[in-house]
Amino acid sequence: MPSFVMPTSRQDDVRTPPAAVSALGLRKSYGDKTVLDGIDLRIPAGSVFALLGPNGAGKTTVVKILSTLVTADGGQAQVAGHDVTASPHGVRAAIGVTGQFSAVDGLITGEENMLLMADLHHLSKREGRRVTAELLERFDLVEASKKPASTYSGGMKRRLDIAMTLVGDPRIIFLDEPTTGLDPRSRHNMWQIIRELVSDGVTVFLTTQYLEEADQLADRIAVLNDGKIAAEGTAEELKRLVPGGHVRLRFSDPTAYRSAALALREVHRDDEALSLQIPSDGSQRELRSLLDWLDSTGIEADELTVHTPDLDDVFFALTGGGDMNNQPKEAVR
Amino acid sequence: MSSTLAPARPARITLALRDSSTMLRRNLLHARRYPSLTLNLLLTPIVLLLLFVYIFGDVMSAGMGGGDRSDYIAYIVPGILMMTIGGTVVGTAVSVSNDMSEGIIARFRTMAIHRGSVLVGHVIGSVLQSVASVVLVGAVAVAIGFRSTNATPLEWLAAFGLMALVALALTWIAVGMGMVSPNAEAASNNALPLIVLPLISSAFVPIDAMPGWFRPIAEYQPFTPAIETLRGLLLGTEIGHNGWLAVGWCLALSALGYFWSKAVFDRDPK
Repeated sequence: MPSFVMPTSRQDDVRTPPAAVSALGLRKSYGDKTVLDGIDLRIPAGSVFALLGPNGAGKTTVVKILSTLVTADGGQAQVAGHDVTASPHGVRAAIGVTGQFSAVDGLITGEENMLLMADLHHLSKREGRRVTAELLERFDLVEASKKPASTYSGGMKRRLDIAMTLVGDPRIIFLDEPTTGLDPRSRHNMWQIIRELVSDGVTVFLTTQYLEEADQLADRIAVLNDGKIAAEGTAEELKRLVPGGHVRLRFSDPTAYRSAALALREVHRDDEALSLQIPSDGSQRELRSLLDWLDSTGIEADELTVHTPDLDDVFFALTGGGDMNNQPKEAVR
Repeated sequence: MSSTLAPARPARITLALRDSSTMLRRNLLHARRYPSLTLNLLLTPIVLLLLFVYIFGDVMSAGMGGGDRSDYIAYIVPGILMMTIGGTVVGTAVSVSNDMSEGIIARFRTMAIHRGSVLVGHVIGSVLQSVASVVLVGAVAVAIGFRSTNATPLEWLAAFGLMALVALALTWIAVGMGMVSPNAEAASNNALPLIVLPLISSAFVPIDAMPGWFRPIAEYQPFTPAIETLRGLLLGTEIGHNGWLAVGWCLALSALGYFWSKAVFDRDPK
């Protein structure tokens, strides 16, 4: 069995669900540029996994390798129990992929795209029509179904893309930046779609640049930076790693700013913007004590905003050098 | 083993046929939805045919040792028909190049389908288009006075078979050209030899009438034996060894184009 290859000794004593996707030491370079430098992953069946990272971190390359689009230079990966190199056909039969760039045939209509997928999954004519009608309805594409896909808006293309991915009823779905470039409404629609997939028991592997998105959708999140997994854990675990939560006080009067900066001392100063950042987890209790303290010291800011950790914070924390760089992986696991 | 319970996995060949015919339907749908590319490519051979017959026809036929314009029509139609195929497959190179830049190809690569079916769909679709184009250009030729009354039905059949074989060979080469071209413009440039080669073959003037230094170029290239064979089949001229040469060229080019295209397709996409 391929899964025995995985060094999961830590988990062997506990009963864990079978891995839908597992990877060990994945490497890939393009020319002399190393894109992936040893990636380990284990995604339990039926869960949502988010690979979080900035542009160029290698997220898409991970998806391409796991979906058999490109071959890794080193390491091994199993998807749905099949090795991606030795048995790509087995992997392909179990997965659905929606890439970052729309994988629809723009020259033909939405409906024809769907029927094409049905034919390639060897569904009968009747079954193909049924599935097509059902999915077009579910993704709100009935009205546009007779129009060429090239005329669709970004959100519609993405919905058609996912609808096409679902024709074969895949058990594992890869979504590469499913909401990049979508407007807020389309983004929320997409989140709803992904949640529905999960409730059907599908394993979802998604990549995103947005911490919020990973937070909303994923059971586990891995942060990919510079070809390496910088940290892995649940959203909560990751946020605990990140000291980026803070309260920001902004002043319009330089004198008030300076006296506040002197009184508060242990804060991050931004003299240009006349603003102070006080570390905080944003909880009600902490805010109350902070406000009390500000009142007692007589500081009156013109504006007070609460910042929760965002992707910037995660990256500054995980890659900004210092101790954080080496610790997070162990600390979270 | 629980294999008895699992549904029988379709044989490879069944899968290949089924997926290829799906891809063929996709290609024909493209061609039907956007016929302008195909029709544009048809213009070149028709314009050349009219130009050479009505503008240069008298000079050409005089230069070829007497005869009138209708003799010259008979002489150039086989070449024009081969040129029609060359033109059609330039369209194939362009559409393959366009298609390969589409996201849907990446989707096909991650699906459990017969891997070559995308290319086979392009090839069969293009051969059918070539045959249709040949029929259209042939109809124009007949309209302006081309006759092939001496040919037997068997010779007609052989002529069609030859043109289909040439179309297959040139299409596979064009598919390879389309696959290595980064965009449509590059594809159309790369495929240019498929239009130029017939011009420097025996399509418009006999090789004997060409300058000595040029004759080898005209003689040792695939279009000349194919055109001479077609001429023989339609008009009863001497075919000689040209028949085998033409078939040999076609088989070799088909094999070359097939393995080339397949190798490029099997490479990791960027």
